[in-house]
Amino acid sequence: MTARMDRRFADLAAEGRPALVTYFMGGDPDYASSLAIMKALPKAGSDVIELGMPFSDPMADGPAIQLAGQRALRAGQTLAKTLQMARDFRLEDADTPIVLMGYYNPIYIYGVDRFLNDALEAGIDGLIVVDLPPEMDDELCVPAVERGINFIRLATPTTDAKRLPRVLENTSGFVYYVSMNGITGSALPDPSLVGAAVRRIKEHTTLPVCVGFGVKTAEHARAIGASADGVVVGSAIVNQIASSLTADGAATEATVAGVEALVRSLASGVRSAKLAAAE
Amino acid sequence: MNQSPSLNSFRGGPDEDGRFGIYGGRFVAETLMPLILELQEKWDEAKDDPEFQKELASLGAHYIGRPSPLYFAERLTEHLGGAKIYFKREELNHTGSHKINNCIGQILLAKRMGKTRIIAETGAGQHGVASATVAARFGLPCVVYMGATDVERQAPNVFRMKLLGAEVKPVTAGHGTLKDAMNEALRDWVTNVEDTYYLIGTAAGPHPYPEMVRDFQAVIGREAREQILAAEGRLPDVVIAAVGGGSNAIGIFHPFLDDKEVRIVGVEAGGKGLDGEEHCASITAGSPGVLHGNRTYLLQDGDGQIKEGHSISAGLDYPGIGPEHSWLNDVGRAEYVPIMDHEALEAFQLLTRIEGIIPALEPSHALAEVIKRAPKMGKDEIILMNLSGRGDKDIFTVGKILGMEL
Repeated sequence: MTARMDRRFADLAAEGRPALVTYFMGGDPDYASSLAIMKALPKAGSDVIELGMPFSDPMADGPAIQLAGQRALRAGQTLAKTLQMARDFRLEDADTPIVLMGYYNPIYIYGVDRFLNDALEAGIDGLIVVDLPPEMDDELCVPAVERGINFIRLATPTTDAKRLPRVLENTSGFVYYVSMNGITGSALPDPSLVGAAVRRIKEHTTLPVCVGFGVKTAEHARAIGASADGVVVGSAIVNQIASSLTADGAATEATVAGVEALVRSLASGVRSAKLAAAE
Repeated sequence: MNQSPSLNSFRGGPDEDGRFGIYGGRFVAETLMPLILELQEKWDEAKDDPEFQKELASLGAHYIGRPSPLYFAERLTEHLGGAKIYFKREELNHTGSHKINNCIGQILLAKRMGKTRIIAETGAGQHGVASATVAARFGLPCVVYMGATDVERQAPNVFRMKLLGAEVKPVTAGHGTLKDAMNEALRDWVTNVEDTYYLIGTAAGPHPYPEMVRDFQAVIGREAREQILAAEGRLPDVVIAAVGGGSNAIGIFHPFLDDKEVRIVGVEAGGKGLDGEEHCASITAGSPGVLHGNRTYLLQDGDGQIKEGHSISAGLDYPGIGPEHSWLNDVGRAEYVPIMDHEALEAFQLLTRIEGIIPALEPSHALAEVIKRAPKMGKDEIILMNLSGRGDKDIFTVGKILGMEL
């Protein structure tokens, strides 16, 4: 499974451009619409998909993703259904890496072994579990890596040189640099600071470094993409979905189309960015 | 899984990773990890520093009013006709509850760490008031996150916080109660890591909070142990305390944990009954999970989504419990029982009339358990209960339920 992720980043490096990594919340606003969004992402130019697992208490997320999670849970989304969504997606796309992103408790309750078995079988390539720092690696990271699922770690501006090796220790796939302290959906960081941070991380790892938090437009994607191996877009996509819904939260014709248009525009941004830190 | 920290003691935990058996730990976003490690380092230094302990003790004596009295509830004892009932009177502390013990300790630590802004979460508002109080005392700005539902039902405490100069931010996410306030405080902390100290109000959260808060609250049990020995020449047969997050309870329990003859009883909020959804009995009716930085018993559904819970008492309205309680339950050192809303309300009224003490609704839960147990015990037996807060803040809630005009 790791192979799919490595192949994707190798291909992009050969192409000389950063990856567009797109996040959306599984089950928002309902299973069928969310699956349609997932299928639309690669066609619109997304290179890696982050599939959000809704949680009732998303402590590191801003209002946009909190609300998306609430919509998904209200529509009956569960971890089992999120895995099913990946399975359904894999019927037509064998190449786009899928990273599950969320919080630990639903996985813990599902059962770590059962979860890893089902995730592998569903074609999952990586995990981002926000509330599992390296100190908690025995919980999920180590068993996941043993089974061949990437465990992607977040590095932040508070991750100093002393801590960075620890953060990178069991990580694989790529490194997700959260470009500012704060919750998801915050303002765009200064691209020059981002570049310096990416270089600092690259002194410690050969993994691709993707940067997220605050990217909303093609211009942002180009600016951030110039100094990173990938650009992560989350809240902007989730907001796009939210703005397309009816007053009572139902999907409309604009729901999938709106995401497609936004991602196509973001994809043009990353395609115009040079891959700065060429390996 | 990990062994208990010491085979001979129930008081040795947590281990160096912050675990009490399988409970506790550090389940937080990477942004917070460096801070939590720094906090642990500074806390380890401070607790062994005589100067720090001296300042803590001095503020305890002159600002909080410690030691709090141990009171023999003579008329209640007579009324129930069984065991002798003693109250540890934490409701007489400055700000009206045990919460101040922890706040004074943590703000001294915040100063030591050079932090210039305090944030806190609050349910009933007692911790918010205590945080606002110490922030005023030390001249630091303070933001208190409080569920919108709680802002409404605890209006007097909201007013107190504002008078003390704190900014009260109502949280509308979820049901607008303590858990949602804690989420929001964590979001603030993640965003303002450089200058902000998160003053957690209960013995829960990521390591080292459960240990640190316990240590600041253990003054309750240390004093009570000495006081009961002085009054009765022996230890109590039972120690009872209400448990929401569980800081007042772990505070009075901890110094008694290795006294094998002393039974330890934590009282959870049974709300409207354990059959439905409207309760906060995490241990009695929940299961282990991970929330707010630690593994502990939680109210959750089969998909690991956290439930909201309900209690008549805002201070117990939390779907989790401190990790040390989860461990004490599993190893069988403490037992945890539920008390329903109506039982707490009856206990509240009884104590008010019979002892002239208006208890908060939180310790009214502990009191209801005392009322159940005392008559079945011998007159030579002793119950020690933590009367952790006073009921002034609750008179509007109680008045409304009893249909009284205020």
